[in-house]
Amino acid sequence: MSLPNPESLRSILATDCGSTTTKAILIEKRGDEYRLIVRGEAPTTVEAPFEDVTRGVLNAIMEVEELAGRKILDGERIISPQKGDEGVDLYISTSSAGGGLQMMVSGVVKSMTGESAQRAALGAGAIVMDVIASNDGRLPHEKIKRIRQLRPDMILLSGGIDGGTTSHVAEMAELLAAAEPKARLGAGYELPVIYAGNKEAADIVRERLADKTALVITDNLRPVLERENLTPARDRIHDLFMEHVMAHAPGYKKLMTWSPVPIMPTPGAVGLIIETIAREEKINVMGVDIGGATTDVFSVFQGVFNRTVSANLGMSYSVSNVLAEAGLPKILRWVPFEIGELDLRNRIKNKMIRPTTIPQSLEELIIEQAISREALRLAFEQHKMLAVGLKGVQQERTISDTFEQSGSGETLVRLDHLDLLVGSGGVLSHAPRRSQAALMLLDAFLPEHVTELAVDSIFMMPQLGVLSTVHPTAARQVFEKDCLIRLGTSVAPVGPGKEGQTALHVALDLPGGKREEFSVPYGGLRLIPLADGQIAKAVLRPEKSFDVGEGKGRERTVNLRGGVVGLFFDCRGRRPFTLSEDRATRISKLNQWNEALGIYPAALARS
Amino acid sequence: MAHSYTPGLKVTAFTVLRRERKLPLSGTVLSKVGDAVKADTIVARTELPGNVQTVNAANLLGVLPEDVSDCLIKPIGAPVKKGEVFAESRSFFGLFRSKAASPVEGTLESVSSVTGQAILREPPIPVEVDAYVDGTIAEVHPNQGVTVETRGTFIQGIFGVGGETSGELHVAVKAPGETLTESMITEAHRGKVVVGGNHVTTKTLFHAVRMGVKAIVIGGFDDQDLREFLGYDLGVAITGSEEKGITLVVTEGFGEIPMANRTFELLKGCEGRKVSVSGATQIRAGVLRPEIIAPRLEEAARTEAVSDGEPAGLEVGAQIRVIRQPYFGRLGKVTGLPPELVALETEAKVRVLEVDFGNGSRAMLPRANVEMIET
Repeated sequence: MSLPNPESLRSILATDCGSTTTKAILIEKRGDEYRLIVRGEAPTTVEAPFEDVTRGVLNAIMEVEELAGRKILDGERIISPQKGDEGVDLYISTSSAGGGLQMMVSGVVKSMTGESAQRAALGAGAIVMDVIASNDGRLPHEKIKRIRQLRPDMILLSGGIDGGTTSHVAEMAELLAAAEPKARLGAGYELPVIYAGNKEAADIVRERLADKTALVITDNLRPVLERENLTPARDRIHDLFMEHVMAHAPGYKKLMTWSPVPIMPTPGAVGLIIETIAREEKINVMGVDIGGATTDVFSVFQGVFNRTVSANLGMSYSVSNVLAEAGLPKILRWVPFEIGELDLRNRIKNKMIRPTTIPQSLEELIIEQAISREALRLAFEQHKMLAVGLKGVQQERTISDTFEQSGSGETLVRLDHLDLLVGSGGVLSHAPRRSQAALMLLDAFLPEHVTELAVDSIFMMPQLGVLSTVHPTAARQVFEKDCLIRLGTSVAPVGPGKEGQTALHVALDLPGGKREEFSVPYGGLRLIPLADGQIAKAVLRPEKSFDVGEGKGRERTVNLRGGVVGLFFDCRGRRPFTLSEDRATRISKLNQWNEALGIYPAALARS
Repeated sequence: MAHSYTPGLKVTAFTVLRRERKLPLSGTVLSKVGDAVKADTIVARTELPGNVQTVNAANLLGVLPEDVSDCLIKPIGAPVKKGEVFAESRSFFGLFRSKAASPVEGTLESVSSVTGQAILREPPIPVEVDAYVDGTIAEVHPNQGVTVETRGTFIQGIFGVGGETSGELHVAVKAPGETLTESMITEAHRGKVVVGGNHVTTKTLFHAVRMGVKAIVIGGFDDQDLREFLGYDLGVAITGSEEKGITLVVTEGFGEIPMANRTFELLKGCEGRKVSVSGATQIRAGVLRPEIIAPRLEEAARTEAVSDGEPAGLEVGAQIRVIRQPYFGRLGKVTGLPPELVALETEAKVRVLEVDFGNGSRAMLPRANVEMIET
């Protein structure tokens, strides 16, 4: 199937086959721009009794047909190209069904090529099951045992800079050969292995692995210590994902023939759209997608893209793991009423065993949103640990650097440099009030200085990511107009303070010539409504121990962009942000913040 | 909406069931189509390649990696005993000898000329698969295993711990709302599958392990107890490989929840019968629920195989169970399925259904918060 000329595209149908739901969106050219027309969804049908992903895709498209009031399918075939009012010019898809892409990566030094390999796999949209390295502290037979247990979809083997030692790479290849790893989906095909290490060792690797695995050799992902070259490895991962993993998943062979564009792993596609926004707007962006089983965090700081996936942090299948990892007190600290430990534990486990249920009472909603804060916080912590500068790189230092102990391997994630934070996933995108999503993002990420907040309205970033490879303009237009819901802008001074004492003075020039001046005390949170598309000019004057981006106590003049919630003046404290240990004080504070943003119906909220 | 269903747990008095019994890798199938099998009959067998040990031979021998193969005194592929020397080098005009010995019994698999490592493989590990349920072999998957067919009572639980087991079923409580306590479990229950009511504690479970009980089937269980029982906080619901000396099947959920009447009555009807039980649960791609199967092979097949059929749609009159607060655990009958979205107390607009709990008590619930009781 050939790719239609992007210039002549009138309509695009895009699906994302998730583990539980298949989502379809219809995009059409209206006038000079592309817009989202409708969205449909249906349960994913990868598992028994259907075992054919195309059933769910067809069901989702049928819903799109119903809602759009036009024909797209001819029986079980997508009509393409569009003829009159029937069919679409392009069909594209992403997939994370069946557990997504699960990989094992290997490098020589864990914190160097091991980490680079991990970043390449994560960036391609994979879940990294384990990182095996020469110096990971495990004995050879323990490594072999682990490789045998894992049964990944694919292995990425790296190690050594070009021209460096080959013996460690050979050792890893030998361990792999001895383990005789089997692919996860069925025993009927050879496990794909990508080698992206020292090019001098390619022949040795070929000799050890070519007969036992489906080996592909590509460019070294760390050709010199100072530079990563992840793109060739990422591209090979996408190719093999299509050729091996997808081709063996039920129904995908058929689905692949429906589209001229390769099916992309969902997170890989989300990463693409985040990278595109950061590049085009020249900003630092972070995106988070909190799902039922996993939470993905994407970031672009100073032009460097990073993605991490917290495979066991999520709001349904993995909800109990949030409890296990964060601990009960961390979750309880966000709940503004009394609840017994036994009761809360049982509720969380009941959600785990019946993951598709939704909160019916306000109390249940508040508990879910408390858990989500901790899931987001933990996923963010993990992201910060992996999104770091290259380790093992010698840096030239001057005398002025002597006092700055910033060695290599420092996190690239700087909240004080973050321009835009985008939240996505059911608990954020479908929160009954948008202000709830805003407060969850503020509490979990604690953005500093001036940061815009947004949510993905109906989670269509994956489809737009894959669309951006074919038609970047269409992807960008839909993203701006229909996908992003701008919540507003947060202003958060950083620095220590005393409860109740003034932290920030604000003078706001609002649209229509209205002016507002006010102060916010330390520990306070204030909302000023400002509609989406409107800009307010703000003069921010922090007290002497606080910084809003210009240094301690220094005034900053900045344009603040509005959103469906407004402007958040968050003086609750950063570095550190603390919640009172005293139960009554904590509950009263939480209620105060909740009321400031009006996040729950006042009459129903328990206190 | 293109297609909508609310899958539930199967609680069936009589059905035909098939269970695939496959080896982890290819091997020998020991049964043929039509063979009558017992739960403990071995139906397939194979050998897993043995574990691997590495020895840095170049270091031990004091030679370069590329010279290790010249020092071998055992050929590649040869069997070696634990402590047996497989390579030897001589230095200083043959005066000094260095040796490399095998740390395990097995075979010398390979020697690397780049790293100087020798790889030794331990003997293969035998793996057997049993039939799990009494029945007949319906299908043979060459080199992989079989499909066993049985018929009888089939009950799915919501969550379980521990693997497959079988034994004679005994109902230890009088009513589904009664708690299973230590005093109800005695030496007489050794080797049996014991059914309780609304709740069991870890203390009682440990007592049951001491009494040699094979499995416990219960309505509700506390997460606190689960943590104590397992020794860790269970993060993701993937279970079945725990070795706690007993299998646990929870039919309703976490908390003190009376076992559904229908489930309880069916289990009572299996009193004294041999049942097969599995606690394996996987609530992710490829949902797996714990189960109790009570074969009734003496009865002729009288229903179609429904074990893996497509779940029926939610209709007015359907029996449902509420699976979330505030009506968690209550059973009722669907009286209405309004098509429009309705705002909940949370302000979320969702699809709902009307339910009658009996005794004139009615409620409006999100459709996502009920499950059908499939029969």
